[in-house]
Amino acid sequence: MLDDGTPLFVQIAEQLSDDIADGSLAEGQRVPSTNELAAFHRINPATAAKGINVLMDDGLLEKRRGIGMFVADGARERLLARRRESFAAQYLEPMLHEARRLGLDEDDLITLIRRTGSSAGGGRT
Amino acid sequence: MTAVLSTTGLTRRYQDQLALDDVSIDIEEGSITGLLGRNGAGKSTLMRIVTGQEFASAGTVRVFGESPVEHDAVLRRMVFVREDQVFPDFRVRHAVKAASWFYPRWDEELAQSLLRDFDLPDKRAIKKLSRGMRSALSIVIGLASRAELTLLDEPYAGLDAVARQLFYDRLLADYAEHPRTILVSTHLIDEVADLLEHIVMVDHGRVVLDAPADDVRGRATTVSGPARQVQAFVRHRRVLHERRIGARMAATVADRLDRDDQAQATAMNLKLEPLSLQQLMVATSLDAAGDHPGGNDAQKEDIA
Repeated sequence: MLDDGTPLFVQIAEQLSDDIADGSLAEGQRVPSTNELAAFHRINPATAAKGINVLMDDGLLEKRRGIGMFVADGARERLLARRRESFAAQYLEPMLHEARRLGLDEDDLITLIRRTGSSAGGGRT
Repeated sequence: MTAVLSTTGLTRRYQDQLALDDVSIDIEEGSITGLLGRNGAGKSTLMRIVTGQEFASAGTVRVFGESPVEHDAVLRRMVFVREDQVFPDFRVRHAVKAASWFYPRWDEELAQSLLRDFDLPDKRAIKKLSRGMRSALSIVIGLASRAELTLLDEPYAGLDAVARQLFYDRLLADYAEHPRTILVSTHLIDEVADLLEHIVMVDHGRVVLDAPADDVRGRATTVSGPARQVQAFVRHRRVLHERRIGARMAATVADRLDRDDQAQATAMNLKLEPLSLQQLMVATSLDAAGDHPGGNDAQKEDIA
């Protein structure tokens, strides 16, 4: 796992959230067990369990007795909605901060975004 | 949670040297705890006293609520894998057999599969094993005993990186299926950091850190950038270590930085790097060396 100062259980929760958000863990699908996560990431099982609990408390995962943990209905849409809300703070604010340092104004930024967006889009088609 | 192992004011004196100095710790049931520290910090002394192989000068040890000293019922519930294990003059399979008689929770199937994993020839005389093979044999016995309290003291001497990874993986897999209390001392900290749930750090016989591993991650951070800015940022914080080169400076602070601190650092053009567990141990030891008699004054370096 990464050693960037983020607690491991938070990293586990974030990875599972990413998988749910991009659909690779579909709603209703079984999530790896605590021991499977521990063995794969080579971390303490208690840490893996803590990560899963974060998502369970959040209602993104649900426990089915005797079978395991599953992605809850509506989990993906809730995650995406939350990420759209935090998009400005997470991506735009640092960008604006750096833009100000470089002397780029709003119009410059919009031009840059359009140009970068179209070249990225062109690469994909 | 109940403590499987607990010490109170544990002190061990060798003539004029304090190997353990007032150590009071509680090791919770079913956790993996890392006992970290420099060579000579007191890790092995602590483990030897806990397993009744050495006596305390003062203080008490309780294992499963009782004194381990010459207490067979307690000793059978714990296993001690030590770096320099001495075996009697017999073969691998004899050592495994003897261990199987001693430990009530012994799992023969696990022992045999570990012997295969580590390529240990069971008819070979132990004195003809390489150092790494002897370590592997100790590890096989330590894991297959499934002892309720498993003490591992630098268990990997002579093992290469592949064999060590095998050991960590098998330890983790068996612990997940059969939870027990594990105390592991090591100086290859980065290799085991992610396995640990709790950290006890010792330096010069004293406990300098006793905390859940999650709290320790990100506990110390190195702040670097223009010296004036760094100094302004760390003014009211505890600095463990600092280095300078020209107008640049890097200071390691023993503070958890919250979101506001991080935003402030970004605004001041400072770079933040959280310390790994291993780096934290080094920084803590250097810090302690500074106010310890005979320690070197290495916590401040000037390279300009």
